[in-house]
Amino acid sequence: MPVTVAVAFLLITVGSVVFHFWSPWWWTEVASNWGGMDDTIILTFWITGFVFVVICLFVSYCVWKFAYRKDRIAEYKPEDNKLEKRLTWITTLGVAALLAPGLVVWNNYVTVPENAYKVEVFAYQWGWKYRLPGDDGVLGKTDIRYISDENPFGLILEDPNGKDDRLVDGDELHLLLDRSVKFELRTIDVLHNFYVPQFRGKMDMVPGIITYYWITPTKTGDYEVLCAEYCGSGHYAMRGRVIVDKEQDYKKWEAKQITFEKMLVQNKKNKNLQLAKSNK
Amino acid sequence: MSDEHEHKLEAKSDYTADASSVGASDIDAVPEAELPDQDLYHSHSWWTTYVFSQDAKYIGIQYALTAIGTGLLGLVLSWLMRIQLAFPGLGLLEPAAYYQFVTMHGMIMVIYLLTALFLGGFGNLLIPLMCGSRDMAFPYVNMLSYWAFVVAVLVLLASFFVPGGPTGAGWTLYPPQAITAGTPGSNMGIILMLISLILFVAGFTMGGLNYIITVLQLRARGMTLMRMPLTIWGIFTATVLALLAFPALLVGCLMMTLDSMLGTSFFMPAMVSMGEKLSYDGGSPILFQHLFWFFGHPEVYIVALPAFGIVSDLLSVHARKNIFGYRMMVWAIVGIGALSFFVWAHHMYVSGMNPWFGFFFATTTLIIAVPTALKVYNWIITLWRANIQLTLPMLFSLAFIVTFLNGGLTGLFLGNVTVDVPLSDTYFVVAHFHMVMGIAPILVVFGAIYHWYPLITGRMLNETLGKIHFWVTFVGSYAIYFPMHYQGFVGVPRRYFEIYESPYIETSTLVLNQFITIAALIVGAAQLVFLYNIITSARLGKKSEKNPWKANSLEWHTPQMPPEHGNWGKETPKVYRWAYDYSVPGAKEDYIPQNVPPSEVIGAKVEKT
Amino acid sequence: MSKSKGIIESLFEKPWEKDQIEIDNKHQGRTLNLSKYKVGLRTIMVVSTVIFSLFIVAYSDRMLVHDWRTMPEPWLLWLNTGVIILGSLIFHFTKLASDKNKNDKTKNGLYLVGFLAYSFLIGQLLAWYQLMSSGYYATTNVANAFFYLFTTLHGLHLIGGLYFWGRTTSKFLSKNSKAEDVKHSIELCAIYWHFLLVVWLVLFGLMLFT
Repeated sequence: MPVTVAVAFLLITVGSVVFHFWSPWWWTEVASNWGGMDDTIILTFWITGFVFVVICLFVSYCVWKFAYRKDRIAEYKPEDNKLEKRLTWITTLGVAALLAPGLVVWNNYVTVPENAYKVEVFAYQWGWKYRLPGDDGVLGKTDIRYISDENPFGLILEDPNGKDDRLVDGDELHLLLDRSVKFELRTIDVLHNFYVPQFRGKMDMVPGIITYYWITPTKTGDYEVLCAEYCGSGHYAMRGRVIVDKEQDYKKWEAKQITFEKMLVQNKKNKNLQLAKSNK
Repeated sequence: MSDEHEHKLEAKSDYTADASSVGASDIDAVPEAELPDQDLYHSHSWWTTYVFSQDAKYIGIQYALTAIGTGLLGLVLSWLMRIQLAFPGLGLLEPAAYYQFVTMHGMIMVIYLLTALFLGGFGNLLIPLMCGSRDMAFPYVNMLSYWAFVVAVLVLLASFFVPGGPTGAGWTLYPPQAITAGTPGSNMGIILMLISLILFVAGFTMGGLNYIITVLQLRARGMTLMRMPLTIWGIFTATVLALLAFPALLVGCLMMTLDSMLGTSFFMPAMVSMGEKLSYDGGSPILFQHLFWFFGHPEVYIVALPAFGIVSDLLSVHARKNIFGYRMMVWAIVGIGALSFFVWAHHMYVSGMNPWFGFFFATTTLIIAVPTALKVYNWIITLWRANIQLTLPMLFSLAFIVTFLNGGLTGLFLGNVTVDVPLSDTYFVVAHFHMVMGIAPILVVFGAIYHWYPLITGRMLNETLGKIHFWVTFVGSYAIYFPMHYQGFVGVPRRYFEIYESPYIETSTLVLNQFITIAALIVGAAQLVFLYNIITSARLGKKSEKNPWKANSLEWHTPQMPPEHGNWGKETPKVYRWAYDYSVPGAKEDYIPQNVPPSEVIGAKVEKT
Repeated sequence: MSKSKGIIESLFEKPWEKDQIEIDNKHQGRTLNLSKYKVGLRTIMVVSTVIFSLFIVAYSDRMLVHDWRTMPEPWLLWLNTGVIILGSLIFHFTKLASDKNKNDKTKNGLYLVGFLAYSFLIGQLLAWYQLMSSGYYATTNVANAFFYLFTTLHGLHLIGGLYFWGRTTSKFLSKNSKAEDVKHSIELCAIYWHFLLVVWLVLFGLMLFT
């Protein structure tokens, strides 16, 4: 019995390690500047994996070695201060080794470079829209009360910065390769979270405030956007696309996006057209 | 401080050294009790004996059965969810139903099963017995506590039958989605959930009052705080945490109820829901998250600390060795409890709160890992040079060490703010918290039931069935949750009704989902074996001898087993030692119960180490 | 306070050592030198304090948002504050009277305290009425909602207190029992009354100054 149990625990330990190294399930290739997050995970894996294996092996050994015998008596030892002190220090060191690089990367994550290109990600139940700042590089101010069919982003009409903002129709966003981008995250209803697995970044979108994070895309490609904060029955279907382009392709796409000013004009035309139609 | 320890280490447990020079009556002498014995309520009718019982032992069993019954519902819900995830082609569930089941499963398991079972169940059963009291301090309030819990459960279940069904807001109940259209059960369902939680908190406060006062004030003579078994330390500290943390849940629930029913804007910002502008303005959804996690994180330890305590005792009894570093274990329990109020926002790294909080909460979170690690070390050092009996409680305890270790270590991933960014809201989180606060505490619950079943029924559980139950549960649940972490690495988000074809999620992920689901169904089925064992053994099980595990703590040393009303017959016990005098050198047996007077164990003596 | 220090000190005891065993064997099994009722009352007060503190935190957080409109305090609240202060004072004197076994004084004190408590509750309801008739509903602004929430919770606490006041009073009145028999209950009720007074003053002050 003790041998069986010890072997079973041993197998579970070995099995975990084998699974870790040979399983086909691993993260997607990183496509942004956040490779540092992957490195921190790897470091965490080595440290915690070591602890896991050592402790499990110790348990297996004890189960086999100190199995019950009627003629034996266990050691009587209430505590061992030296040992406990030593373990405390080793653990503290290990924990510090995990924490320090983590905090460094986090510091980068929350410090947005000043020249980052700003893009508004606009979330609603259940889809994505995007807004680019236009030629002035500034996103116009918005207010949820201004939202209407004619003004789907709720841009404040009086704000001149908003006039040249490009509104992306549809849930497909293009990003320029190697240009840092700050996502300004906005939602008009419930919580959402803009998540592209390959970019590693993540931040909740909260109605009433604008949250953000930044990345630099480092690999061209076509990536899926997922909502990563539960937002109601359609949560699982709230997908979008992000495409990282080289300069030429990007410019082509950008030129196709309509500015807010043009859209207002178009809206007016449509309205007049409708009015004319209904007058007839 | 420590140098002093090292000297004293040599002299430990040397209390019988000069026993020969004094008479037995002298060394056994204990001062007279200053307080009169507790007045007890004696029931006269069937109703007051079995239904509205005021005997903590009965209340404990009532709590446990109600909690387990509710937990079975949670288990069935998890099956349905798993089948949907693995075999989306079957079309078993609608998205709304899936989210409702996710929510109810989570809430039931965390609050109505684990919290109620550990504190209401084991707390009521063990506190008076292990402390040497006749009953809880306020038996009537204790009875009210249980019935408030029953009403809370009934209200929760009622939400399945109201229009719109139960809430599908996720167990965190985040506003605004919890109470806006687009989320299932956003009308009646959520209101009933909030009312149920408020009732639970009210009921728990009544119970908690009892647990605290009984532990502090009603112990047997000689039972100092540092002589208490770690089980009591765990339950006691968890109760203190609960009394301080549940108010946050209560406050959040009350304010959300008003937002939902009256239309106030505590948590609700201006929003356009489904194309319609709502009348809310200015509320802060993040405020609710802070309140929720100020409760939610201590809640993790409300479940974990009793499990820590119980597993320490199980390991010690069945390894025939004193728990290693008892004082460190107590300090760790108290320290973890205190620290648990300073780490809540690690659930909110990517919630949109001020990102600079991340530095503080990552640091506090990793600090809490240190006392937790020390507990793990002390458990395994307890096994060193022990005399390990591989009984069922011992097996479950060993399995607890492995799963808790695994889940604790993945906590270091998520607690470290950077690593949390890619992993949060993925299956890594799901795997982590199920391993650490689902499977690990449940394994302790099983170990504890196998251990204390004879105390309750006077009969042993069937060992063969128990072994089947153990191996399937342990290996099976490990097979569920260990691979699930890797789904998280791939990036599969949690709370997805269906993952579809995704450019980066390969079909093999679906295969993994199927494997996990099959494992989950098998583990679930194994619980039927356990239930069968519990039910049949109550009548047909092998009669247990008194104190079948040869344990030291007081609950095994009542005049009758199972203990009767009032627990101790004519006189409450006198305590002469801590609960961990196992394998004391020179003693006749390898255990010396807490209430055995020194004169009976003359000769037992620790050799100098 | 020396007792709670005792708990922390006791965490460093080594229960397996000979010297400690001799000390521990004489222990009475009780940690605090208080009645279980008093410990219970203190626990309740701690839990209530946490609840009210969290509300105050939520209030302070919510206050900073642009849509906050401070609510005028009806003059009636000043009167109610006076009533609750008086209630607390009289409970104090009632407690002193019961300590000295003065039956009549205790009885009158208990009646007066109950009367004041009910007056306070009715006063609070009138204040609600006053506010609502001038258009300050809970839904009008969240500041009003906080006011209704605070007063409701505080009122519920007082109603809870009145239950125990009622039990104490009826016990006192039943078959010529003496002030001595209910001394402890009166003391506990008085403590609770003072606690509710402090809570009210904090809440009222908070709403007054913001």
